[in-house]
Amino acid sequence: MTENFSFTNDERIIFTLRALYAKYGYQPYRMRKFEEYDLYSRNKDFLVSEGVIAFTDADGRLMALKPDVTLSIIKNTRDTSPDVSKLCYDENVYRAPKGSSGYREQMQVGLEQIGGVDLCGVSEVLWLAAESLASLSDDFVLDVSHLGLASAALSPLPAGDGIRAALLKCVADKNLHGIAELARDNPLPPGMEEHLTALVEASGKPAEALTKIRALASDLGVPGAAEELATVLSVFSGTPFADAIRIDTSVTGDMNYYNDIVFRGFLREVSAPVLSGGQYDMLMRRMNRGDRAVGFAVYLDRLERLDETRPGADADVLLLYPEGTAPADVHRAVSALIAEGKTVYAAAHGAGRLSFRSTADLIDGEVIYRV
Amino acid sequence: MSDMLSVALPKGRLGEHVYDLFEAAGFPCPSIKNPGRRLIFENEEAGVRYFWVKPSDVTVYVERGAADIGVAGRDILLEYEPDVYELCDLGIGKCRMAVAAPRDFRDDPRRTLRVATKFRHVAETFYAARGREIDIIHLNGSIEIAPIVGLSDVIVDIVETGTTLKENNLEVIETVFPISARLIANKSSHKFKNEAISRLAREIAGGRT
Repeated sequence: MTENFSFTNDERIIFTLRALYAKYGYQPYRMRKFEEYDLYSRNKDFLVSEGVIAFTDADGRLMALKPDVTLSIIKNTRDTSPDVSKLCYDENVYRAPKGSSGYREQMQVGLEQIGGVDLCGVSEVLWLAAESLASLSDDFVLDVSHLGLASAALSPLPAGDGIRAALLKCVADKNLHGIAELARDNPLPPGMEEHLTALVEASGKPAEALTKIRALASDLGVPGAAEELATVLSVFSGTPFADAIRIDTSVTGDMNYYNDIVFRGFLREVSAPVLSGGQYDMLMRRMNRGDRAVGFAVYLDRLERLDETRPGADADVLLLYPEGTAPADVHRAVSALIAEGKTVYAAAHGAGRLSFRSTADLIDGEVIYRV
Repeated sequence: MSDMLSVALPKGRLGEHVYDLFEAAGFPCPSIKNPGRRLIFENEEAGVRYFWVKPSDVTVYVERGAADIGVAGRDILLEYEPDVYELCDLGIGKCRMAVAAPRDFRDDPRRTLRVATKFRHVAETFYAARGREIDIIHLNGSIEIAPIVGLSDVIVDIVETGTTLKENNLEVIETVFPISARLIANKSSHKFKNEAISRLAREIAGGRT
């Protein structure tokens, strides 16, 4: 039977991931398409794209088509800590991608843990990120880092300092010569250039990278960061996912929102990261929440070309009937073919550029296959 | 993603120089020396494929994964801010991004400064950091003419030797940043072709020291 009529690529992925998250007890979370614009204007830097589609609601309030899911979830959930809410979603967001002249509707699937999140919770989210990637491709990489390291290395510079932002970008770009240039042109605090260089160079398979990370974390006075990283990654040791996990310190994020464990997922078939996530306790603080949070999103728009195989046929049978055939005769023939497990496209003349496994004519109520 | 390493090279003298560096680093493709009208060259044995593209397009090919790695000037990287890894400063193609103006130019802070440039983002960032209000006039070429004919007060453009400026009665009044060619990599390719990309970056960096 032709499967192409059954599910689109997006739908298949959504069902697969939803079923996966349900196994771990994540509850589907539904939200409105609109939120008050103020929510996004206050947290502009958290958004992936700058533009927001805003409009005035019937009651005069300025509203926005949601460009992000996480902010809505935080706004619409209560602090239940020490309990943890485990939520998953599949929602459209409305964004203007970089370099694009217009907005696009983009489907996102993801999950969040909000409340008294502990290291077991963070590990579970990382595991589910890996399982999500594995369900999409046989060849994936999950890069994981701990923002506490970059944060400690940059801490002598005040938040909002331009050099600090430039140095963090160099870490994100693996740009060692950029760090050296900035150190040459600006008086950096002692040891900062060496620490940042060591941070960029401390990427690789966990077993090897952790030795470097531990030494650096100890030097920076944040040994706990290395131990947290080692602890959350321990869930992968001895599992089929072990080879796909990397420590990569180029995974960063805005430190006004993210903290501690951050991660990003890649598939061999796709040229950009398809999954992104991390702990965002700082965002919770900004939204006057004392509880903790961790989550990730899978970007379905980047998975559009994941399935490049051409469909074999658009339907099993093209059933051609002469003009003037009684609708009941056509319906009867179509129903009989469907009952045989076939998909059917009934038409009087043809079906344009669609392709079929076989073509049949309806003659005097009988289906005659063409040879 | 095929296992072959795809390299986007900037057309022109810089690209030819870059190819020599890559060849010396163990990624030869002799057919590129006799190009004719071809733009794509492969050496299956060495596992590498090169293609010539417009210098300003290299980042597009690499960011979108059509090329695993490429070589782009710092000017292009700062203008378009592509989401790529910047692995190595090749130390070639050196020049600078500069503000230039007619020799008798005096900035009047009471007026909006009219800036002609191909590099809109670079110019905006540079002047925003100083709180100077500007009016960007986006041009695609012959930028030097703009202040002479009264289209702009200054230009923001790449300066190599300064000869063109001199011949048009302009002078550099400020350097925005120095420029050189950088080895960049697609983020996903860097995960899945890490060995080849790291080896190349190491060899090139080693060859420069």
